[in-house]
Amino acid sequence: MWNWFHRLASPRDFFRIAGYWIPWLGSLALLLIIAGLYLGLFVAPPDYQQGESYRIIFIHVPSAWMSLFVYIVMAISGAIGLIWRIKLAHVMSICSAPIGASFTFLALATGSLWGKPMWGAWWVWDARLTSELLLLFLYLGVIALYHAFEERRTAERAAAVLAIVGAVNIPIIHYSVEWWNTLHQGPTVSKLDAPSIDANMLIPLLLMSLAFMIFYKALLLFRARYEILHRQQRSQWVTQYIKTL
Amino acid sequence: MNWNEFFHMGGYAMYVWPSFGLAFVVLVANVAWAVKRKRYILDDLKRKVIAGREYNS
Repeated sequence: MWNWFHRLASPRDFFRIAGYWIPWLGSLALLLIIAGLYLGLFVAPPDYQQGESYRIIFIHVPSAWMSLFVYIVMAISGAIGLIWRIKLAHVMSICSAPIGASFTFLALATGSLWGKPMWGAWWVWDARLTSELLLLFLYLGVIALYHAFEERRTAERAAAVLAIVGAVNIPIIHYSVEWWNTLHQGPTVSKLDAPSIDANMLIPLLLMSLAFMIFYKALLLFRARYEILHRQQRSQWVTQYIKTL
Repeated sequence: MNWNEFFHMGGYAMYVWPSFGLAFVVLVANVAWAVKRKRYILDDLKRKVIAGREYNS
């Protein structure tokens, strides 16, 4: 187990192992998206209150969940990079930022498209929406800060510190619908004992969430893989690899 | 299953379809962006290797 971790932390072995997993993860994500879309658009019944408009949930909720999950990964790997000086951890952290930002954008945009017919407004300065918007700015801040430094060591440390500090926002987003009186509805799925959602709606929602999760993993490995190549360009193995192309 | 009815989405077509379309655009753009970065890195490294730079670490 530890031996395996150790090998994964070595750039060369990471490059090889990630290269093996990416096509599998990518194909699995695609299959799950197709299954989720089919069940979500054709099999799931209309909502008794919101009619067909609720189908936005199959995009909105997975992207919102992922916006939080990716941020947590970014902050934790940033912390690991800072504490144990593991290069690969910084790579994971930095490569997560643009993916997380895009999920956050998608959550906000689909929320807006859902809010208009249901609440009558594209946007309200409600606790949930405002804290999610702040999350987008945190992602953009991490990306901007990373690119603001010439020296990579300084850049990745500064970005990691911002990511860690910004993690305060994560519980705020999660509990915003309970702490404040928000327009945004409370959780429907996470009440694990009795989710107040029909199985025909829950299954496509979980499939789409899993699809987004695996999509993120495949894309993160892909991005990290070439970032490693870029950073390790002075190593013998990279030169040899390039020569085989 | 009536296709017209399906695309109509009970009157919410102008909210539902842009949501799914946007999701498609975001996922594809993510992949395209990553592939572009891959090409840039590989081209850069190939040039350096061809230029015969010495790599010793």
